[in-house]
Amino acid sequence: MSHDHDHDHHQPHPYQPDIEDKPFSERMVMTQAIAELIVEKGIVSADELRQQIELMDSREPGLGAKLVARTWVDPDFKARVLADVNKASAELGIDTGDIPIMAIENTEDVHNVVVCTLCSCYPRMLIGLPPDWYKSRAYRSRTVREPRKVLEEFGTTIPDDVEVRVHDSTADLRYIVLPARPAGTEGWSEDKLAELITRDSMIGVSLAKSPNTI
Amino acid sequence: MSTKKFNPGDSVRVREAYPPGHVRTPYFVRGCNGQIQQFVGSFANPEELAYGRDGKPEMQLYRVTFKQSDVWQGYQGPAADTLVIDIYEHWLEPIS
Amino acid sequence: MTLRRHHDMGGLDAGPVEDSEHDYAMWEKRVDAIVKVLSTPERKLLSTDELRRGIEELGPGVYDELNYYERWISSATNILLEKGVVSVDELGRKMAEIEARWTADRENLASETRS
Repeated sequence: MSHDHDHDHHQPHPYQPDIEDKPFSERMVMTQAIAELIVEKGIVSADELRQQIELMDSREPGLGAKLVARTWVDPDFKARVLADVNKASAELGIDTGDIPIMAIENTEDVHNVVVCTLCSCYPRMLIGLPPDWYKSRAYRSRTVREPRKVLEEFGTTIPDDVEVRVHDSTADLRYIVLPARPAGTEGWSEDKLAELITRDSMIGVSLAKSPNTI
Repeated sequence: MSTKKFNPGDSVRVREAYPPGHVRTPYFVRGCNGQIQQFVGSFANPEELAYGRDGKPEMQLYRVTFKQSDVWQGYQGPAADTLVIDIYEHWLEPIS
Repeated sequence: MTLRRHHDMGGLDAGPVEDSEHDYAMWEKRVDAIVKVLSTPERKLLSTDELRRGIEELGPGVYDELNYYERWISSATNILLEKGVVSVDELGRKMAEIEARWTADRENLASETRS
């Protein structure tokens, strides 16, 4: 099974209408019911619900890639990112909200990978909603115990002389991995560098793409 | 203002208790020895927030590092591999 | 004596990580939005911690049968019922209304396609 395709730049499928070809499920009905009731009761406006959906739609891995690319070219910005991702994101016009996000840097000596064994905590306000596999039983169970094997399934091999450090985001922090800048990218613009930074590299299951792939 | 019990570098053991309820200390790390990596801050207690209570007084939260070989019997990987987990102070005991 | 709760799965055996992902359906985004708007500091009708606790309380069978956002809406709904934000009666009536509406819409769509 390969993970060599990258989901960062594909066009989203059109929103499936609520009435789908398959039968609608009880929980879809429940969702619609709750949505309508809270609007009817004046607890929330329909506009606010819609705006919240649009807000989450606006968060996607490209925002994180922008952040990481700047850390590659600007050491002072990198220091600010390592100190406080939320604050540094605001410099780029990205509002990451109240939940603190911490950046963890891949180096020559340490490779970081993030998991949430208890549920699915993820830096959503920076890079959008997590992929299904991140929330799966297999990822949540195995990554803490056999990270190198899980990384292999993603096509990533970390040499034995590099420490693999697994972060289980159990509390109020979320994590974003700062992948290492690949060799052969000297002089590249931030925009071009950002194309190498995939969502998977910011979770830590992959490295940034190498320059000869784009 | 509550004070921190632990400092970076301190050796700690994760308390062995197994209550039902909304606990954010994973099962697999209870009873394990680790080291305080950093103090994160004070946060309302999620165990109480989970029942609609205010979770005060706030609890101190630490990042704790564990050697994988201390957590898993027969860990398949280099000795340097680690786990870092965010754990609340009331789940940690000092070890000398 | 130790008790491992069903959701607390770190370290358990499991198969390969399947490369599954999907573009989120509208109803899923709606669940996400409902939870977010109800948990604002101004409203505090639902917190992330309550939602998680509610998911953990669904129990092993249901936890595994439902998908991610099905678990979210199940938990959120239970909590809103407990708090009396919605009543069982009005929820039941609303769900029946929606089911009827969607069924009728589907039948209309089908007959339009046929004609």
